[in-house]
Amino acid sequence: MSEPLVNVQAVSVTLGGNSVLSEVSLTLAPGRITTLIGPNGAGKSTLARVVLGLVTPSSGSVNRRKGLRVGYMPQHIKIDDSLPLTVDRFLWLAAPGPTSARRAALEQAGVAHLRRRAVQQLSGGEMQRVLLARALLRKPDLLVLDEPAQGVDVAGQNALYGLLKSVRDDLGCAILLISHDLHLVMAATDEVICLQRHVCCSGSPESVSRDPAYHELFGPGGGTPNLALYTHDHDHDHDLHGDAQPGHQHDGNCHHD
Amino acid sequence: MIELLLPPLFAGLAVALVSGPMGAFVVWRRMAFFGDTLAHGALLGAALGLALDISLYLAVVAVCLGLAGALTALQHQQQLASDTLLGIVAHTTLALGVIAISLQEGIQVDLFAYLFGDLLAVGWQDALALWAGAILILLLMLWQWRSLLSITVSEELAQVEGVAVQRTRLLLMLLLALLIAGAIRTVGVLLITSLLVIPAASARRLTHTPAQMAAVASVLGTLSVLAGLAVSWFANTPVGPSIVVAASSVFVLTLLRKPA
Repeated sequence: MSEPLVNVQAVSVTLGGNSVLSEVSLTLAPGRITTLIGPNGAGKSTLARVVLGLVTPSSGSVNRRKGLRVGYMPQHIKIDDSLPLTVDRFLWLAAPGPTSARRAALEQAGVAHLRRRAVQQLSGGEMQRVLLARALLRKPDLLVLDEPAQGVDVAGQNALYGLLKSVRDDLGCAILLISHDLHLVMAATDEVICLQRHVCCSGSPESVSRDPAYHELFGPGGGTPNLALYTHDHDHDHDLHGDAQPGHQHDGNCHHD
Repeated sequence: MIELLLPPLFAGLAVALVSGPMGAFVVWRRMAFFGDTLAHGALLGAALGLALDISLYLAVVAVCLGLAGALTALQHQQQLASDTLLGIVAHTTLALGVIAISLQEGIQVDLFAYLFGDLLAVGWQDALALWAGAILILLLMLWQWRSLLSITVSEELAQVEGVAVQRTRLLLMLLLALLIAGAIRTVGVLLITSLLVIPAASARRLTHTPAQMAAVASVLGTLSVLAGLAVSWFANTPVGPSIVVAASSVFVLTLLRKPA
């Protein structure tokens, strides 16, 4: 495998006195699609933000390849109404260049018709697509997408994952996806990392979906229903929301590769 | 007689020109109260300049930058909202400025001129200095336009895309401090924010791109200065407030137009 684009080693993050991530490691290599899954509050977005350099970890190391070009699609952004900004200008900010490049990126994301609209007039879903176009426009080495499938119907999700695969094949870039369920990302993902403040399990989608730690996080209904549940020893309990109960110390026992 | 009006006119136009783009950023980034706070601090700067017998502009810029730095540091503590912090700092510095000015012995300082501006007292030397400052600010803004706009749209996206966010934000504050130091002579401490905010707000309804809005704000600001000076000349009203009322009248007129 070629040199990793981003290497995150044993990173812990504390925000406002609360431990959000502990001892998380992650490697992103060119041409691979990695998906972070986990319940709300599991630290998925925080881990993505560590990768992006937006959050400084309290311990551990993050190495990014020099000159790494990153495209980032946040869940949403709020642009002040006082700023007269068309979608076209919004894309221009990320990469000045000919209009044709911006038109092509918008077309790729399926929103070419929005090019002359004001960004404030877009719906949430449209804004996401525009953010995706903006990320693609930069011809990134690494593409980070925060919940790209939110509010998208099943057909739309399939199209989206198809698009991501073809982007990966065209640009040879690494893709980091955040999702809160495994169902639809399965087909399009090379590696799944199941996160609950620490890495509970990781590996190919098939192995993760068979992993007891995955069922522990999502309950029997969260996994593929026809798979038997494994009994396993876990060193902590999760409440109904999947949040680890306070006082839990991670000692590395619950890593199931 | 009319030649007496020329230096004030040139000085006012310099301030109006640069207030257009700067005011646009103040509106986009919701920095109106922040600008106001810096302007209040400018009075303290002016008082220090007088007390230490150094250049007024230098003292004002130094105090504004110090304030900007202190406010940025304060905003990192998250218990109080930033408008509360700004309220504390603005009025404290204004009070300190008034006290400091009243303590100056021997010099009779016209406090009113600092608070509301004294454009008619501006001479050629000041007018030229203002133009030099205005051109410097405009060139720097033009040079950093895309970075400035990027951090205004989204600081996070800008940072991911390799924009030096901290440096750009610092540049914007520095330019704002420079502008305020210059503008204190034309419209005064209490009215500077209005020259920044009102023309930019008026321009919003008339424009479709950020650059258009900045340029149109400059034009509207310029018109307001011309109108304000004229009214002041013929009706013998104070200049600074006249300019502000002219700018507000333009704003009211734009309200009649449907939003662009």
